[in-house]
Amino acid sequence: MANISRRRFVELSAKGAALASIPIIFNANPLMAFAPGLEGEGKLDAYMKHFGVDKDLMQKIMSIALEKGGDYCDLYFQHSIGNYVALEDDAVNRAYSNIDFGVGIRVLKGDQVGYSFTEEITPEAMKLAAKTASNIANSAPTAKVVDLRMEVTPNYYPIKTLWEDVTIDQKIPLLLKINETMKATDKRVIKSSVSFSDDNSYMMVATSEGTIACDYQPMTRVGGSCSAEENGRRERNGFNLCGRQGIEFLTEANLARIGTESVRRTVALFEAIKPEAGEMPVVMAAGSSGILLHEAIGHPMEADFNRKDASIFSTKIGKPVAESIVSIVDDGTNPNIRGSLNVDDEGHQTEKTYMVRDGILESYLHDRISATHYGLKPTGNGRRQSFRFAPIPRMRNTYMLPGPHTKDEIIKSVKKGIYVEQFTNGEVAIGAGDFTFFVKSGSLIEDGKITKPIKDINLIGNGPDVLTKVTMVADDFKMAEGGWTCGKGGQGVPVSMGLPSIKISSITVGGINS
Amino acid sequence: MNKSERLELGKWAVTFAKKSGANDVAVNITNDRSIEISYRDESLEKLQESTQNGLSLDVYADSKYSSHSTNDLRKDSLEKFISEAIAMTKYLGADKFRGLPDPKYYEGRKDINLDQVDHNHSSITSKQRVDMAAELQKLTSSKSDKIVTCTAGCGDGITESVKVQSNGFEGTNARTYFYLGAEVSLDDGKGGRPEGWRYRSTRHFDELPPAEELATPCVEVALSRLGQTKLESGRYDLIIENIAGNRPLGAMRGAMSGGALYQERSYLEGKLDQPIASDKLTIIDDPFIVRGRGSRLYDGEGMATRKRTILEAGVLKQYFISAYYSRKLEVEPTTAGTSNVIFGTGDRDMEAMIASMERGILVTRFIGGNANSTTGDFSYGIMGMLIENGKRVKPVNEMNISGNLIDFWMSLSEVGNDPHIYSSTRTPSMYFKDVEFSGL
Repeated sequence: MANISRRRFVELSAKGAALASIPIIFNANPLMAFAPGLEGEGKLDAYMKHFGVDKDLMQKIMSIALEKGGDYCDLYFQHSIGNYVALEDDAVNRAYSNIDFGVGIRVLKGDQVGYSFTEEITPEAMKLAAKTASNIANSAPTAKVVDLRMEVTPNYYPIKTLWEDVTIDQKIPLLLKINETMKATDKRVIKSSVSFSDDNSYMMVATSEGTIACDYQPMTRVGGSCSAEENGRRERNGFNLCGRQGIEFLTEANLARIGTESVRRTVALFEAIKPEAGEMPVVMAAGSSGILLHEAIGHPMEADFNRKDASIFSTKIGKPVAESIVSIVDDGTNPNIRGSLNVDDEGHQTEKTYMVRDGILESYLHDRISATHYGLKPTGNGRRQSFRFAPIPRMRNTYMLPGPHTKDEIIKSVKKGIYVEQFTNGEVAIGAGDFTFFVKSGSLIEDGKITKPIKDINLIGNGPDVLTKVTMVADDFKMAEGGWTCGKGGQGVPVSMGLPSIKISSITVGGINS
Repeated sequence: MNKSERLELGKWAVTFAKKSGANDVAVNITNDRSIEISYRDESLEKLQESTQNGLSLDVYADSKYSSHSTNDLRKDSLEKFISEAIAMTKYLGADKFRGLPDPKYYEGRKDINLDQVDHNHSSITSKQRVDMAAELQKLTSSKSDKIVTCTAGCGDGITESVKVQSNGFEGTNARTYFYLGAEVSLDDGKGGRPEGWRYRSTRHFDELPPAEELATPCVEVALSRLGQTKLESGRYDLIIENIAGNRPLGAMRGAMSGGALYQERSYLEGKLDQPIASDKLTIIDDPFIVRGRGSRLYDGEGMATRKRTILEAGVLKQYFISAYYSRKLEVEPTTAGTSNVIFGTGDRDMEAMIASMERGILVTRFIGGNANSTTGDFSYGIMGMLIENGKRVKPVNEMNISGNLIDFWMSLSEVGNDPHIYSSTRTPSMYFKDVEFSGL
């Protein structure tokens, strides 16, 4: 297990730099910031050095930010490094990298937010940004800045090798291998492409209430995609694996799976038909079907909508919303899963939050503002896309816990309906509760058996209504494996989702009228 | 950094990159300054002010290509950034099709004023912004006693950029932008909170509409969604309101790209000069509209923009082909993206079309759904209104429309005269015959 405290930012030689995925360019910051063997305060010192600040300076900036009467302030430092390499026409012939560095300064006055950021982490630039953010308030100073104390956080995403130590020549053979597998798997494949990305972020958050926390947040996503042709018909589909993982995650078996599964999902579409239009029972496969929860309940349970009384769930806490076999959580603690976080972007530790426990609506997903509004403890859901954005309540990994049934029992119970497996996207109207998700592939269920494949249909339902229609829950829970990104208020954040096989007794399927 | 300093930095980066081993290089430098304000239920909710910089670098070295971006524009940092980007590129596989556009495509850049900058921008005060958002919120909230929360917001900014390419291209660009809008949630008496919103965005401050023009329709939309239900599955005529028309259009547009054609995932492959929509559909890409949201004199690769016909009476007249895919597909490049998308319009507005509809569904919002660009099959969720005998009868929701994009666009029977001008894609309202709906 590599962790940040044993990591040093290596001063790379020209050759080393070229081999490394990304250029490390912040000359102004001490590149030797991460001395080996340091834990706790030593780790914090390394982060502070990397961002070119110390506790005194941070406390001074926060004092300036609170000069106009704000009652809380936080500073969010971030250095993120993204790399993307891709294969087209059998060669790894394109690469993209991105480096982002800055600090966001937020001042709160009750639920009012003042926000500014700077890409130059100098005392002068931070003071200016602090003054800008302070303008949300307009009185004499009221709050004091408390001495900073480090928040010790768990590590939910241990990885063996940090991505900065992975060179591009290590990645190239992996992409070629996936491509070879795709081409060898089925003769109908006419075009193939492969992509490999790693996005890694160093963050440090300090608050006027005295919390300071830091974290290294790795992420990788590797996917294949292909077009296939049969009798003049073409289809395209793909498959990807994603997580807060290191390169050791890309085992021979996983690489092979990306290749074969991309092809299997593509050629299966040749046989696929559109189901009939209208309401029918739908069985959701274990895994990425958790998109149902993300749209139907996750978003409307984000507490910003609820404190504004704008969600379909605003009045339903403590009430039964589903059968007692249904428990739904949003969890930041799953090992190496895409939506996991050691600490949220406001410095709160994450947890497993029960939105629904045994059918009863239990908790919204809180950030600091909403937790204060309701007089509750934050749930660790305060997240942001980058230092350019103020945090808001967001999901992490949203899933349903296993239930008493088996997948076979569920399929057998459906006379005429559909089984859905692969999804591309979804959307929800928070207030009305209407939500949709697009099914890329699945199957018909006829007389209790899975029969013909289906594809390209939208499902639409209403959140609270559909929750009451979850009538069976299986014991075969799976987390989604692909790379889901959730958009809200112009901010994208990585999330995941999961589900055991479940039955929804009725939902509207966008098919063809007979 | 001012415009000439940015240009100097761009030229320096190009020279440095060539000296460091790149055969060709494209550099873009942008600076954006923006302010956003929101006002909710009688108090200031959020104030955000920010400045950001970015430099992106496309490297072409030994027939290899990569692209990099950073927000640290200090020269010593950039030297290291550029050297490492070039060194890294050399590890990639060769791609003989990569390269800057032939400089002949830079020629013919128009020298006209598209009026993209409001020179009064910097004189707008914080108080003006707060007052504007507050006035809109208060006016909107006063429109109905069913409103549980109302937020109004405004914002503005300026984006300035320079582009320098090593085979002879230089360009500078600046744009201001403004927006104003409101959103409300209503209590439907049954726990539901139907929403409505109206936003407008413009290049100039004085083009923003008065608060009344946003407040009334914002609340009307929300009120019109009270008591939504789904209807029987079946085939219905369909009117799409002008502000909602982007989704099925975007699906067609995606299939016109060089990348989709090359990867053989476009249902429009081989369809050039063939009908792909009804003869009611004519679409022009016009980069030269004064104050237009998508106006530009050169495109993302530096190629001089031209007014282009995309569809003429339903016949596909061009694809969107970048320099790279033009070489791979052995065709002339056009441009990789749209500027202002302008529709040939009809004689009547949406209300007149509704009045002539016997029975059908007016769609005011799409929700979710997607299209398969390889086959053209699509399925989208909708919200809207049942129309009978020319009148709005009841609100509908929880329904999907489905079909194939070719059949769907062939069923377009009328285009309104009411393009939505506050967007670079100026969709009018559109009438489609006999569309597949799923509901009950």
